[in-house]
Amino acid sequence: MSHISDRIISDPGLELGVANLTTERIEEVVNQALKGETGAKLKAYQETCMRCGLCAQGCHFYVSHDGDPSYSPVSKATESIYELMEKKGRVSPKRIYEMAQIAYTECNLCKRCAHYCPVGIDTGYSMLVMRRICHLLGVVPQYILDTGNSHATTMNQMWVKDDEWIDTLQWQEDEARDEFSNIRIPLDKEGADIYYSVIAPEPKFRTQLIYQAAAIFHEAGVDWTMPSTPGWDNSDMSMYIGDFENMGRLKRSHYESAQKLRVKRIVMGECGHAYRSVYDMGNRWLGYRDMPIPVIHSVEYFWELLTEGKIKIPKKFEHPVTIHDPCNIIRGMGLMDKLRDVTHMICENVVEMTPNREHNYCCSAGGGVINCGPPFRGTRVKGNKAKADQLRNTGVSHVVCPCHNCHGGLEDIIDHYELGMHPKFLGDIIYEIMEKTDAL
Amino acid sequence: MGRISTWDWEIGEKIVVKSLSPLQDHGWQEEPHVSPDGETLAAVVNLAAMEFSVRTNDSVWDVTYERIWYPRFSPDGRMTAIGQQDGESALLVDAEQMGETYEYAWETKFSDDGSTIAIMMKNEGLYGVALNGTPWENLFENANNYVLSSDGKHSSAIVQTVSMGQAEIEVFAKGIHSLAVDGNAFPGKYLNLWTPVFDSEFKRVAAQARVSMLDYTITVDDKPWSTVYGQVWEPIFHPLGEYVAAPVRDKGKWGVASDGAPLWEPRYAQCTQLQFSPKGDRLWAIVAPAYGKFTVACNNIPWSTLSPAVTDIVLNPEGDRAGVIMSNNNRDFKIVVDDKAWEGTWDMVWPVAFAPKGLNVAAVVEKNGKQQVLMNGKPFGREFDRIWEPVFNEDGTKVMIRAIENNSYVRIVANVTS
Repeated sequence: MSHISDRIISDPGLELGVANLTTERIEEVVNQALKGETGAKLKAYQETCMRCGLCAQGCHFYVSHDGDPSYSPVSKATESIYELMEKKGRVSPKRIYEMAQIAYTECNLCKRCAHYCPVGIDTGYSMLVMRRICHLLGVVPQYILDTGNSHATTMNQMWVKDDEWIDTLQWQEDEARDEFSNIRIPLDKEGADIYYSVIAPEPKFRTQLIYQAAAIFHEAGVDWTMPSTPGWDNSDMSMYIGDFENMGRLKRSHYESAQKLRVKRIVMGECGHAYRSVYDMGNRWLGYRDMPIPVIHSVEYFWELLTEGKIKIPKKFEHPVTIHDPCNIIRGMGLMDKLRDVTHMICENVVEMTPNREHNYCCSAGGGVINCGPPFRGTRVKGNKAKADQLRNTGVSHVVCPCHNCHGGLEDIIDHYELGMHPKFLGDIIYEIMEKTDAL
Repeated sequence: MGRISTWDWEIGEKIVVKSLSPLQDHGWQEEPHVSPDGETLAAVVNLAAMEFSVRTNDSVWDVTYERIWYPRFSPDGRMTAIGQQDGESALLVDAEQMGETYEYAWETKFSDDGSTIAIMMKNEGLYGVALNGTPWENLFENANNYVLSSDGKHSSAIVQTVSMGQAEIEVFAKGIHSLAVDGNAFPGKYLNLWTPVFDSEFKRVAAQARVSMLDYTITVDDKPWSTVYGQVWEPIFHPLGEYVAAPVRDKGKWGVASDGAPLWEPRYAQCTQLQFSPKGDRLWAIVAPAYGKFTVACNNIPWSTLSPAVTDIVLNPEGDRAGVIMSNNNRDFKIVVDDKAWEGTWDMVWPVAFAPKGLNVAAVVEKNGKQQVLMNGKPFGREFDRIWEPVFNEDGTKVMIRAIENNSYVRIVANVTS
């Protein structure tokens, strides 16, 4: 059995953070957070957990490390948040570094382990509390912290400046007009049926996704818009940092940019964690019991367009595909059936992974782990041999994957384990095979 | 266009544009906008590939650009838009270019009387604001959150004054942003700043400030309050200049602070959109007295009407009445005025408009794709396909309705009592 102290990885954010810590400061912050921000739920988890270890098989890190108990959810909680609770925060800065590394890089907050726990302990929640404490202590990995800084400054996660956002939309509109002469990406169209929101990697380096969305909406005759002002990025790494104050600011910006345009609802692109942020966490921090404006995921919207016949598929995608179930929209929101409906409507040959649906393994990029950057790439790739095995066993060439972080995570896994597969967004496939009645 | 008193307030109805279909030889046109006096409708029109212009009523500007976007009428009735040609942007005003071209330009704003048109601009990779075509003397690595004073003489924005490389979290933590007014940055450096706001005399400016990774406060003329909070929202100056107020979050609850001292003790699950009455004797806000239950509060006294979501608080000119939009999370909208919900629920509603004098208040509502004006909660006139915000005359006795009906643009003036 390994121990977190055996696998410490150098990270400027964590190092800088602990360098500024004292044991007194740790004790003060931990106790303030535990007393002021947590309640019966966390205490019940800690006291109810009988250390039975059944959660272990639920964790891809544990499975991928040949059953090393150190990677089991119960161990990760015991070595971090439960220890802080038991010791009432009296731990060393070095120990906080270890706890931060566990919480930010060895747990994807995917909540799969909760399905295996006989008493329903949600270790994802406990690890997020741990991250919250790390944020309050200023011990956060460099790259995800930088992402949070970007969120606070630009309201998007990739330092996209206000003009760059608009310019990118206009560029994609121009490009698309070579294919559809009168296509538009309507900016600030008041009263549109839907407001389409994306995450910042789309204008930054996956611009084809914006093009494809415009093409799909154009073909379907959708009354849609995108805002020219900040609020367009639905993503939220501040949530995963544990910086809930900034999470609230981001969500407020997102909701209000849509409310201002008097749209009926928000359709978000193929992203998982953003969905968690709008329906579960960001909204609640702002005081909303539900979302103040309906937000639906692209999986659901594509399902509507296809079942209503607004998008026609003359010939299905022929390559055999498998389905990756993103944690936040499947375990978190129950879109497993609609994801399968859509995939079967557009793909000829679908081979299920085993296990699948709500039991599917996380991509190991989620929960902000991929945003912790290059220092931890190896952690998440080696920590998901289980996913590589799952993918390999399907024998297919393409993976349907309606989530950005999953996409990035699977690309790394496919590369590392030399699987020779291709992750695909649903939008990639729909755009490729749909009937284009208005194309030049 | 002239002052509102000079507009045509003769009771009656006229068709300003008979057909809103694209004009002859035009490919397609975008969503229309209408002038404040209701006499002009304008829309961006496509003439050919990479060739755009602006239609005003049944005429078209005699200039074309590769792209024209952000069409907006100024309060004095001038039609503005942003034109792009050969990789450069220009502010267009009534078919004329205002000022120089920019590497990029976006987001026009107007002074209250429309005499000043401001725009965000970028030249040679540096950012700033241009007023009536004249850019700030100093430009910055980045600028955002810009505002224009209501008299149009001053502008402010959050600017980046310290360079930062990729993921330089230590540099960021020391502060890289400053508050700039008229292109001059204050010396103070902050991690983040948001939403600058001017006082009523345009001599002072306040903004939300993040002074450490965990601490938020309000800075006024670059002097942060001595008290820090878990989070803050948009500050507002007391209209008589007595203090600055802002929603602040402390120990998980929201209240209002004035100059760093408690004004409304934190007790709300949320508090946003502060507004003062003109005399400063009333302070209004949208608040959540309990989790998931939002309403309006005046001087810290919440209304009794609660809703899962509340937006768009509007005060009457005297500031002693308020109207607001409530919804069941963007469904089943209601108009609530003075804590009384108007009858009926709607698919969508727009913010209320109070008459300058008297008690009248109007709002546009939509159901099943048709829009209608409600006056004091009652249907006022017939349904239309689209209605812009109703405009009252100076004494509030007449209202102008600008609407689209059967593919025509109509302008109607009616007695409020009719």
